[in-house]
Amino acid sequence: MPHLDFPLVPPAPSPRVAVAVDGLVKRYGRTEVVHGVDLAAPAGAITALLGPNGAGKTTTVECCEGLRRPDAGRVRVLGLDPVRDARHLRPRVGVMLQDGGLPSTVPAGEALRHVAAMYARPRDLGELGERLGLGSFTRTQVRRLSGGQRQRLALAAAVVGRPDVVFLDEPSAGMDPQARLAVWDLVRELREAGTSIVLTTHQIAEAEALADHVVVVDDGRVIAAGTTAELVGAHDVLRVVVRPTTDDDAPSLTAALADAGRPAEVRSAPSAVPGTLEVVAAADPALVHAVTGWAAGRGALVTSLSAGERTLEDVFLDLTGRRLR
Amino acid sequence: MSDDPTTAARTPDRHAADGPVADGHGLVVDGHQVAAPVARRVGAQALAEVRTVLRNGEQLVITLVLPLLILVALTRTTFVDLGPGDRVELVVPGVLALAVMSTAFTSQAIATGFDRRNGVLRLLATTPLGRGGLVAGKVLGVVALELLQLTVLAGAALALGWRPDVAGVPGALLALLLGTAAFTSLALLVAGLLRAEAVLAVANLLWVLLLAGGGVVLPVSMLPGPLGDVAALLPSGALGEALRAALGGDGLPIVPLVVLAAWTAVLSALVARTFRWS
Repeated sequence: MPHLDFPLVPPAPSPRVAVAVDGLVKRYGRTEVVHGVDLAAPAGAITALLGPNGAGKTTTVECCEGLRRPDAGRVRVLGLDPVRDARHLRPRVGVMLQDGGLPSTVPAGEALRHVAAMYARPRDLGELGERLGLGSFTRTQVRRLSGGQRQRLALAAAVVGRPDVVFLDEPSAGMDPQARLAVWDLVRELREAGTSIVLTTHQIAEAEALADHVVVVDDGRVIAAGTTAELVGAHDVLRVVVRPTTDDDAPSLTAALADAGRPAEVRSAPSAVPGTLEVVAAADPALVHAVTGWAAGRGALVTSLSAGERTLEDVFLDLTGRRLR
Repeated sequence: MSDDPTTAARTPDRHAADGPVADGHGLVVDGHQVAAPVARRVGAQALAEVRTVLRNGEQLVITLVLPLLILVALTRTTFVDLGPGDRVELVVPGVLALAVMSTAFTSQAIATGFDRRNGVLRLLATTPLGRGGLVAGKVLGVVALELLQLTVLAGAALALGWRPDVAGVPGALLALLLGTAAFTSLALLVAGLLRAEAVLAVANLLWVLLLAGGGVVLPVSMLPGPLGDVAALLPSGALGEALRAALGGDGLPIVPLVVLAAWTAVLSALVARTFRWS
């Protein structure tokens, strides 16, 4: 594991945890796809399970929804067992599946009305339809909807029963930017109303824009968890790319900065651009001068230099050493 | 990680677990008050099942149009040699059996197979309807469709001069019930095991094969020797024979009813073991 700067599962900010998973193991046949996942989704917050396709996000969420039985470990949603206490839990949990889950030959509006009929006090369908822009296709059969339309309908079905906890599996997959913003707005509004939201995504931008709490999952394991700020850290960084690069760039720059009276940690960032160095320090003219002076002394050209905060993508690359698949 | 962060873990009592998360935003904490009453949930599911069949052209053809055509064709024409007896009396019970097979087996298998593929079964299982309510709704939907079929087909049969033995009606209803149970179990067995396209093929193919040689419309006595013996032991033949005997005034058809009950027991046990929701 590359970094242990932050705890795998941070202490819950308060005892109010909506979804708690401890040591979850799930096998399909002989293949183990989830190897002991721990996570705690705070109540009234948005928690994102971030990871590449095939990381075990959907399986984990399906165990929380009561659709799959864990092979080992413990899952609690609102303090209840999703399988054993399903009858008590189902009315309080809303689910959006990755593959939609709505009948293909039924008009969209009717499919939503049908799900709404399962609840005592469903949301107003007209208002919900307007929020998510369902009005233009309520009479269209589900199978004739576009991917984005289908996703919005499935999201409406997940929240129509006024759930306390909502599980959204890849909620904005296949959506155009406008629809994605509408979905994000609705998810944020649910949080304002006190709903706990657990969503899966393989898009770092979505986790960064939406989530209060991010759980990074890769290859069936949690590799990091925390608030976005905790994961990213408060560090400012100066990113430098020099040509040509050599193996001792980082130690050499570290020494040069120390000599210049500006000691700072320097590391090779596993970025898309080979040879990217990260100087962990707030940028100022003197620091930039010291860096470019070091490059000039080595006969190297600075091809890129940027200052700013680290992003979740930097963290993910640090953790996995590779891009999301 | 040995410390569970949830309060509920320390107080596993259900009511205590309900408290900390749900309060504070005006939601009813008891799940029973958030869900619609069970009758409304199951009723809504049954209605949705009926609507899906009525809206779907192919389903309507196989459940209503074809049985009606066969009824009229076999009673008003003599292309098919049905022996010396009264044609209407022979044909009507068989057509009622065919209607049950269409709705409880072919139509239900296809609907469930595609709902399984589209994730509908899984999504509904996460709503207050649950898996039990989903199955109950499907059964109720099948029964409602069969009542519609019976009304239309029996009405047409009466107009064609059918005069059933009234004393045999309770026995016939028992046969319809057991036949529905056996064929619904078969539908769920196929739908829960095969891919949706394979379900479509098998459900239609079996319908045609059983119609031709399964003892549904044509009595098993009119089938060639060994085929007739086999057909009598199939759910199709047993249902057809039971209805013909009951409505034809031959008393309670014990053997076919036992055959149907046995199929129901075996098939439903297999469904319980093999059905895959996803």
